[in-house]
Amino acid sequence: MDWTALALSLRLAAVTTVILLALSLPLAWWLATTRWRWRHVVDALVAMPMLLPPTVLGYYLLIALGPRSPVGALLLRLTGESLPFTFPGLVVGSVLYSLPFAVQPMRASFARVDRELLEAAWCLGADRARTFVRVVLPLSRAGVVAAAVLTFVHTLGEFGVVLMLGGNLPGRTRTVSVAIYDQVQSLDYAAANRTAGVLVALSFALLALTYRAQREGAFRWPTT
Amino acid sequence: MADDLIARVELRAARGTRRSAELSLDAGAFPIAVLFGPSGAGKSTLLRCLAGLDRPSAGIVSWRGRPWFDATTWVPPQRRDVGFVAQHGALFPHLDVAANVAFGLDALSPSERSRRVDECVARFELGALRHRAPSTLSGGERQRVALARAIARRPSLLLLDEPFSALDHPTRSALRADLRRWVRELSLPTLLVTHDPSEAMAIGDSLAVLDAGRVRQSGPVGEVFERPRDAATARILGVDTLVRATVLRATEGGAVLLAGGRELAASAPVGVTGAVRVCVRAEDVALLARDPGGGRNGAPGRVLRVEDEGAFTVVALDCGYPLLARMPRRVFRALGLGEGDAVFAAIDEGAAWVVEEG
Repeated sequence: MDWTALALSLRLAAVTTVILLALSLPLAWWLATTRWRWRHVVDALVAMPMLLPPTVLGYYLLIALGPRSPVGALLLRLTGESLPFTFPGLVVGSVLYSLPFAVQPMRASFARVDRELLEAAWCLGADRARTFVRVVLPLSRAGVVAAAVLTFVHTLGEFGVVLMLGGNLPGRTRTVSVAIYDQVQSLDYAAANRTAGVLVALSFALLALTYRAQREGAFRWPTT
Repeated sequence: MADDLIARVELRAARGTRRSAELSLDAGAFPIAVLFGPSGAGKSTLLRCLAGLDRPSAGIVSWRGRPWFDATTWVPPQRRDVGFVAQHGALFPHLDVAANVAFGLDALSPSERSRRVDECVARFELGALRHRAPSTLSGGERQRVALARAIARRPSLLLLDEPFSALDHPTRSALRADLRRWVRELSLPTLLVTHDPSEAMAIGDSLAVLDAGRVRQSGPVGEVFERPRDAATARILGVDTLVRATVLRATEGGAVLLAGGRELAASAPVGVTGAVRVCVRAEDVALLARDPGGGRNGAPGRVLRVEDEGAFTVVALDCGYPLLARMPRRVFRALGLGEGDAVFAAIDEGAAWVVEEG
């Protein structure tokens, strides 16, 4: 059992979830409310990582962030470090890889908030930010929680992007799924079995707890 | 007198079409001005433009000299200081009644806010509902809370978009009476939109009749209802019968007309001539078993159809022109009339009035 890899995966999933929540709240709200004629383009871009083979995404990121691309060169000059094969590089990859899992549940629950409620809030003096915080977010809590849990579990299990972009550096970029791959390659089936079992159990427990809490209404706001 | 409220708006609708609507009201129209008209007349459009919820593509919106919208001005709803209540109240489902009422009171200090909420709970009789969730309230209770929430801010103008139309009859009339009381106590200018004539009568001080985006007639509620200016307005206001007639001669304050081959007297504007319509409300037609003679105003006719409308009976007559009469059921039964029977329809001269064709 590779505990270092598990710890790294948990850390990656946590950092990715926090970044994606911050990023997706405004993006999902914008997608749920805009009447811009090209919004379907943004919709498609957001959904892409869900359907693209992770290796393809990882490959393009490797090229884009590598020192020979303009973006990679700029990053290298700014930070003195090249992103591929580092933990921050993995975070960038994971954020893109899990983007649809964060945006889509939020977007769906934002779209269900009755427009009359927003209008009522505006007429009661609440500006758009306050309306979002006091009306939209409380009524979309289930969607936001679902987005967080899905992002976390999805990132925990990612493989292709990590392998392409991060490689296999123990303690730095070797995640739990890469560790399992390693163990199988070295024919250590017993270790692979244990690691895979822990990952399955963890993901299952997280999802089951979330669904139970949803059913019991724990994510609905109290009425005061 | 300068107009208190001006809304002259043009909006771009689907596929390049444009809608326009206009309304202006002077201070005398309040406390409760009713904007009345058939659906699609532009009532809600005007109200939403006044609230700042829809942004016109051109025009002007202003309230008491303060421009809210024109070529260079756009005041968002948050800074218009209006109260807005829609048909279903739009209470925040995640907040209890007291928190809903307090939602718009952020500008007050916490102690002032709780004092204001207490005061509203008392004024709007919400004591028993104070900690209830909106989902547990009846339709009438919800609208009561929605009105309390809007009025709690002491807005400079209260806008109500068919606020009672989803309620049952007894709840509606009780809430109407309450609204009148609150608006008067707080001297709060209110503009209420409705397509229900009895609601307009029951609640309004003044009335503006809107049709296809234009005000056809406005004035004190009783005056507009009793004296629509033309036949189209009369139809919108629910006048039951509009008899085609020709003016024979003018009398003092009225005219004698030829309708259905007989003379009929009615009140009329000075100088009216030619082909006109005579408005008669069904309540103002009395049925008599036979012509009483002595020059009683009215017309002999025949009963075509009898329909019961709850406690009232509506009788369709043929007097050379179609005429409706409405009376308490008991009164009709005492006449002993049936379909096909001959009858005399008596119409008070003051109850019939002449309008221009149109």
